[in-house]
Amino acid sequence: MTINRRHFLGAAAATAAVAGAPAIAGQAKPKVVVIGGGPGGATVARYVAKDSKGAIDVTLVEPTRKYYTCFFSNLYLGGLRDLASIGHTYGNLAAKYGINIVHDYAVGVDRDKKTVTLASGSVLPYDRLVLSPGIDFIKGSVPGWDVSAQNEMPHAYKAGSQTELLRAQIDAMPKGGVFAMVAPPNPYRCPPGPYERVSMVAFRLKQINPTAKIMIFDPKPKFSKMALFQEGWQNHYSGMIEWIGPDFGGDKVEVRPDAMEVVVDGEVNKVDVCNVIPAMRNGRICDIAGVSDGRWSPVVPATLQSRMDENIHVLGDSAAQGDMPKSGFSANSQAKVCAMAIRHALLGDKAFPPKFANTCWSALAECDGVKVGATYKATPEKIAKVTGFISKTGEPADVRCQTYKEAWGWYDSITQDMFG
Amino acid sequence: MTGLGRNPVITLLAATGIVGSLFFADGVVASETGGDPEKGTKVFARECGTCHKVGPEARNGIGPHLNGLFGRRAGSLEGFRYSKAMREAGENGLVWEFETLDLFIENPRSVVKGTRMSYRGLKDADKRRHLLAFLRQFSDNPRDIPEAAPTLPEGPGFQVPESVLKMEGDPAYGEYLASECFTCHSKDGSDNGISPIIGWPPEDFVVALYAYKTGYRKHPVMEMIARSLGDEEIAALAAYLATLQPSE
Repeated sequence: MTINRRHFLGAAAATAAVAGAPAIAGQAKPKVVVIGGGPGGATVARYVAKDSKGAIDVTLVEPTRKYYTCFFSNLYLGGLRDLASIGHTYGNLAAKYGINIVHDYAVGVDRDKKTVTLASGSVLPYDRLVLSPGIDFIKGSVPGWDVSAQNEMPHAYKAGSQTELLRAQIDAMPKGGVFAMVAPPNPYRCPPGPYERVSMVAFRLKQINPTAKIMIFDPKPKFSKMALFQEGWQNHYSGMIEWIGPDFGGDKVEVRPDAMEVVVDGEVNKVDVCNVIPAMRNGRICDIAGVSDGRWSPVVPATLQSRMDENIHVLGDSAAQGDMPKSGFSANSQAKVCAMAIRHALLGDKAFPPKFANTCWSALAECDGVKVGATYKATPEKIAKVTGFISKTGEPADVRCQTYKEAWGWYDSITQDMFG
Repeated sequence: MTGLGRNPVITLLAATGIVGSLFFADGVVASETGGDPEKGTKVFARECGTCHKVGPEARNGIGPHLNGLFGRRAGSLEGFRYSKAMREAGENGLVWEFETLDLFIENPRSVVKGTRMSYRGLKDADKRRHLLAFLRQFSDNPRDIPEAAPTLPEGPGFQVPESVLKMEGDPAYGEYLASECFTCHSKDGSDNGISPIIGWPPEDFVVALYAYKTGYRKHPVMEMIARSLGDEEIAALAAYLATLQPSE
C-alpha cells in the first residue's frame, strides 16, 4: 500500500504536533484494531481505512463470517424479507479497503502494552482500539431464564440463528395459540424494537393463524412510539395483542422454559412461543478491557474515547454517551465521528465539529411505517439531544407507505455504508 | 420599550448566546451545556418549591406537579384545574420545552397573559438555565424514548444575517408598510391585548420578526406576516417604528 503525498505530509506534521502518537515516529504505520463488526465496528473500520488511504493499518475482529443485521430482522419474522437479504459478509472491506478481517473472539486487552489477545492465541498490537461489541444480557434479569434456555425461549435480540428459530416457532404455533414476549427494562438496544417485533409477529399470524393471541409483559409504564404502535395494533390487528404493563404485573414476571409457562405476579400463563428479551449491558470485552462503569462504558462525547483510557474508543450499544438511543443508526453515526477523531489523533488529519443523528423506522404492517428521529451534539458531559421529530398518529396511508419504503431505502444505504 | 430585558426574544438570545461551539485542536468540543442541575435544585427550592412538587412522589398541589413537564402541552395535566388562559395557550400549541419555559419563567404573564400563577418571574438567565437543567431530569430520557424532548436548549433556532442587522432602513417606506401593522397593533404604544411595536431599537425589531419568520416564535398571524416581508421591508419597518415614541 502506498502513502500518498497528502497523508505523508499530514503524518509528518502530526509527528511534530501531536504528542503521544509513538507509532508515527518510526516507519511502521499506526494500527487500529476494531472489535465487533456491526454498524459501529464495520463503519469505523471502513471510514478509517477509506479516508486514511492506507496510511493506517486497520484490523477488524468479528467472530461471525456472515453478519445478520438486527435491524430489519423483525421484517423477516413478519415474512416481509428473507433471511439472506439481511446477511452480509466482510469481503468488500478486505478487498476494497485493505482491512484485515479476523474471524475470532477477542479474549484479552493489555492496556499497558496496547495489545489485544484473541481466542486463537494471536496478539494484535494497536495504537487505537475500538470496542463496538453491541450488547450482552444481564444474568438473572428474567427469573427462570438464562442463555441455556434460549432454544426453548429465544431472545432473537442478536440476529441470525435465534431469529430463524423464533420464526420457525411462530410458524409452528397451534391454531389460536399464544405468543408471549417478555419486554426488557431500560436501557436496551433499539427502543421501538420489541414493539415493531410484536407488529411483525401479528402481521405474520394474521395470515397464517388469525385466531392466535399475543401477550407482551412489560416492566416499563411507557415505551417509544407507544401511541403510534397502539394505534397501529388497533388498526391492523384488533383484539389480537394484549400489553401488560407494570400496573398489571408486567414487572413481576418469571418464566418456566420446560413447561412453557409465564408466571405473572403469581398467575400462571400457558404459552406456545415465548420471546424473552432480557435486561442488557455492554459487551463483555468492555469489562475485560476495564472500561466499564457499572453496566456501560462512559465515553468522551466528541471523540467516543473511553473516559478510562484515551487509546480506547467505545461505540454503539455498549457506550454510555448520553441521549442517543442504542440503535444501528446511532452506532453508524458515532462511528464516523470516531473515525475522524482517530485520523486526527494518528495522522493529524483535520477534525470537524462532531455531528450525530439517529432515525428509527418501525414497520406496523406491510406498507405502514412510522419513524422517530433526532439530531444531537457533543457537550463536555454527554451527547445531548438538540432537536427531533416523530410520525403523527392518524397520518394518511400514503404518508405511512412512503415512510415504510423510506426504511427500505435506508437499509440499503446503511448496509452499503457499513460493508462497502 | 428601552432595555433589552423587556424583549423576551432578545433576552433569550443573550441567555443562550454561548451556543456556538468552540473547536479545539485536540478535537475536544466545548459547548453550551444548558445549566447545572445541582445549582438548579437550590433555585427550584427557593423560587418554585412552595407551590410545585417534582420527583417520584410528587403530586399536584397549589401548582401542578412538574414530572414529565418537558414535551407536555401547556395546561394539559389531568386532574389539575388550570386557568382558562393556560388551557387556551396549550390548545393554541404552547408546548413546554427549554425555550418556551425559559420565556415563561422569565416573565410568566408575557407568555400566558391571565395565568393564575402568581410569580413575578426570574430575570437571572443563568438561574433559569440551572433551574431548567434540574427540571429536565424529571422528564423522559431520549436514550430510552427517542421522541422525548431535547435535553439541551437548541439555542436561537434561527439566525439573522449580519447584513440585515446592519441594513439602513428607509423610514418613509417603513411608514407606508406600517399601515398594515396598525390594523391590529396600537399606534400609541398602549397594550390593547396585542403587543405594542413602537419605539423598539431597530435591531430588536429585526430579530423579533426573524423569530416569527423562522417559526421560532409562534403566532399564526405574525408568522404569516413575517414570511411575507423581505429584508429591505423589515429594515424599513424597523427604522420607521423606532422613530415613534409611546405617548404617556
